[in-house]
Amino acid sequence: MVVQALAFYLFATVAVLSATAVVTVRNPVHSVLLLILTFFNAAGLFVLLGAEFLAMLLVVVYVGAVAVLFLFVVMMLDINFVEMRQGFLNYLPIGVLIAVVLFVELALVGAGWTLTDEAVAVLAQPTPVGVTNVEALGRLIYTDYAYIFQAAGLVLLVAMIGAIVLTLRHREGVRRQNISEQVKRNRADTLEIKKVPVGRGI
Amino acid sequence: MEIGLAHYLTVAAILFTLGIFGIFMNRKNVIIIMMSIELMLLAVNINLVSFSSFLGDLVGQVFTIFVLTVAAAEAAIGLAILVVYFRNRGTIAVEDINMMKG
Repeated sequence: MVVQALAFYLFATVAVLSATAVVTVRNPVHSVLLLILTFFNAAGLFVLLGAEFLAMLLVVVYVGAVAVLFLFVVMMLDINFVEMRQGFLNYLPIGVLIAVVLFVELALVGAGWTLTDEAVAVLAQPTPVGVTNVEALGRLIYTDYAYIFQAAGLVLLVAMIGAIVLTLRHREGVRRQNISEQVKRNRADTLEIKKVPVGRGI
Repeated sequence: MEIGLAHYLTVAAILFTLGIFGIFMNRKNVIIIMMSIELMLLAVNINLVSFSSFLGDLVGQVFTIFVLTVAAAEAAIGLAILVVYFRNRGTIAVEDINMMKG
């Protein structure tokens, strides 16, 4: 139990500190790397909660895909990030004010609710006993939630097509290989044999 | 030393607040704003998973998967729009993005 508590405090502290650094550091590349650290620690919290599959999913999806995407974009765009920082201190009072108000509200909501016995009695999908987390989740998303699962796949497909359509561009004046044109070529329309009379030229 | 639901909810609340704070502090940098949105979605995910774990109801984890999906799609589309915008205008400052004001 003590180990679990220590692990929780470790993961929680590192996650909060690195999340703070994400929004305050000067260099966006450091920001992305700290975001990766935050997600790793959140994955640790998920493991502590017994959601191993989601922890692995978080590492694979966020660290493997989303964070790398951010990193590519930060490095690809040639932006003056020093200029971007201007006005940081101007927004500090209002930012802190709104953050404090929001946190107090969240704390009030968190402190205000209680769990009744009826709520426990009407669980939609009680966690099965003696089954691993992955198996239990798999039994759910491929049966009761199959349609939403398909819809999630559709969302990803649309996002993929959208991202490709948005960023694809055809530049003028760039020669590209057109294989069907090359295969269609035959001798008749590329080659002409002329009889050249002696001493006259063409 | 017992770690309860309230501990996880506190972490999630702090992360969510940090996301909001980041949006306010980095008014010019769209990339940091998108990272703040990711932080807020992560806080929501921690909430869902902790409730799911402490109530013994798996639906919270199922919905976390869908939140992750939508977050990934949002990041991809958002960054694509950002790249196109930067190509056209040469800047990503939020206050310059006003072409659709009418």
